[in-house]
Amino acid sequence: MRFHFKTDYDQDIRLFPDWWNFSLYAALLVLALALPLLIDPFFLGEATNVLIWSVAGLGLMLLTGQTGQVSLGHSAFMALGCYSCVLMMEANVPFVLAFVLAGVITGVVGALIAIPALKLHGVYLAIATLALAILADDIIVLLKEWTDGVNGKMSPPIDLFGYEISRWNNPVEWYYLVLVVVLVVTLFYRNLLRAPLGRAFAAVRDSEISAQAMGVNVAQTKTIAFGISCAITGLGGALMGLFAGAFNNETFNFLLSIQLLMMIVVGGLGFIHGAFLGAVVIAFLPQVLSMTTDLFGRGVAIPGLESGVFGVILILFILFEPMGLYGRWLKIRTFLELFPFARKDMFKRQKSYLKTERLR
Amino acid sequence: MQEQIASAPAPDLVEEERSQGKRITAQSRGTLHHKQGPQNREDRVEVLQLLISGLANGCVYGLIALGFVLIYKATEAVNFAQGDFMMLGAFVTLGLVNPEYAGIPFWLALPLVFLIMGVLGYLLDIVVLRAVFGQSQVAVIIVTIALGFVIRFAVGEIWGHEPQSLRSPLALGDVRIGELVLGLADIAVIIVTLIMTFLLWQFFQRTKMGLAMQAASQNQMAAYYMGIPVKRIQGMVWALAGIVAAVAGILYASKGALDPTAGFIGIKAFAAAVIGGFGSLPGALLGGLIVGVIEPFASRYLPPGWSQIAPYALLIAVLLFRPHGLFAQVRAKKV
Repeated sequence: MRFHFKTDYDQDIRLFPDWWNFSLYAALLVLALALPLLIDPFFLGEATNVLIWSVAGLGLMLLTGQTGQVSLGHSAFMALGCYSCVLMMEANVPFVLAFVLAGVITGVVGALIAIPALKLHGVYLAIATLALAILADDIIVLLKEWTDGVNGKMSPPIDLFGYEISRWNNPVEWYYLVLVVVLVVTLFYRNLLRAPLGRAFAAVRDSEISAQAMGVNVAQTKTIAFGISCAITGLGGALMGLFAGAFNNETFNFLLSIQLLMMIVVGGLGFIHGAFLGAVVIAFLPQVLSMTTDLFGRGVAIPGLESGVFGVILILFILFEPMGLYGRWLKIRTFLELFPFARKDMFKRQKSYLKTERLR
Repeated sequence: MQEQIASAPAPDLVEEERSQGKRITAQSRGTLHHKQGPQNREDRVEVLQLLISGLANGCVYGLIALGFVLIYKATEAVNFAQGDFMMLGAFVTLGLVNPEYAGIPFWLALPLVFLIMGVLGYLLDIVVLRAVFGQSQVAVIIVTIALGFVIRFAVGEIWGHEPQSLRSPLALGDVRIGELVLGLADIAVIIVTLIMTFLLWQFFQRTKMGLAMQAASQNQMAAYYMGIPVKRIQGMVWALAGIVAAVAGILYASKGALDPTAGFIGIKAFAAAVIGGFGSLPGALLGGLIVGVIEPFASRYLPPGWSQIAPYALLIAVLLFRPHGLFAQVRAKKV
């Protein structure tokens, strides 16, 4: 355990608390940069997939983990980001501009939707956003002239400053492209949390009433959180569509947003690391499952196995480790650092009772 | 506290039916104004037929919504797996009744189904939901969604993914009254639902257990001080929700084929519960009927593609303009 001798208020909000922490993340970055040299193109594709999922996950994490609002409708925003990016690329907008604009459009639409939706609390917000996700599926079919409905669209090759990147011919370039997006988004996210807005998010999550008492404009904060969250998720959706090669309304159906929510819970709600750990789980689960079924000699894919197993994993996590994978790591680390002084109930939740605020 | 628990759903329901019918007939006349005489009469028969099948569908939605409301009222949690509960109840019945499986006579199997679903609901509460007790609503939402996935997978593994039909005594075929062709199953569904709602309402009003459930929902700590075994009561509510889901499942299966994705109609039941105000049993039933009636008319009179949107669009509209449901503010305390 390292103790920080604080001589400056800025020490509390530094990106990295000390050189050790900094060197850990620097090492991770070097590893990420060197990854194409270490693994073959198939696993590099998987790594790219993990990173894309974590971009989308970071978006939802900002809303659910940091601001405490549940959304089951983020698949709609992934679809919006994807379709707007691809449509702009087809209209010969340069990729970088189209990609950023897709994020901006998704964010603005998200914020506009949030203004009425955030009057709703907890369960009602979840249901409203779920309805939104289902509607998005139908709306994509209805807007046939633009989206080609059920037939779907092929994603055009990415043209980056005159240098063409295609999914199959240049997996390494694709990986670096996604890595850059991940880095930018993560840095933005981390800095946001240090800024007053990020503190306001946490205040709203922990108690709306006390946030209000501290001078936080709750409605405005929630709207901004929804907007930023949608923008990031839209970027993730755009990457996902482009990476998949072809997509239609089914690609972005409401199960995707449930998957996204489950992912950040398994990873650890409220931690940036959680989005990445959850993405690893969700990207590799299908592979692990198909290997296991092969092992047991059931060659044919079992329908629904993936979501069934994921459901079981999720229930086990909520029951035994509500803080997710990253929370478990924190506990292990604390145990090691304090050894032998770690106590069992250091992370224990306080008991709470339900007293309804309902009048009816 | 809970006087006038919907002065019986029946009158409201009839009103609803009538106004819906009137509105739609007017609309259809508008669109098909060139038709005269006999066609007009056919129109009216068709409207009546759509209305009855819509009401029967609505009853199933309403029963699932009743399950939501029961659990919401007693534990302030929303069971996102209620639709899958319904599907499970239907499949358990199918497994017991159909000759290719156990082949037990229907009326003998019925109490068995209720027992199985009740015990299952109780066990789920003890094993899974009690651990989430007092955690944030995010946890409850996610746990119940995950439960739904697990149930769907388990059912698919046990009974297969192909659509099957239940040998139900309610599937009686059709009867003709003049030009009107009525599915007897539809009428049976409506009747059973009305009886069920009435029984549940009486249960909450008259029995000690029902009153204890209400108390536990309002203030767990105070209810505990009053000697109410809050935890056991919550288990009971989940058991009850399982039984209601079983009834809904049997009714659903009597009306047509059944497969493991049937649980997704739970989403439409959400619309029903929200329209009804999420806290009231008759409201849930009424919400179900509204959603059920809107659906067939939307698919008859709206261009294809727009019709599936109707229930969800209605749900969002209600949430935006009447976030506490259409019927929540009408009376004081409801069950």
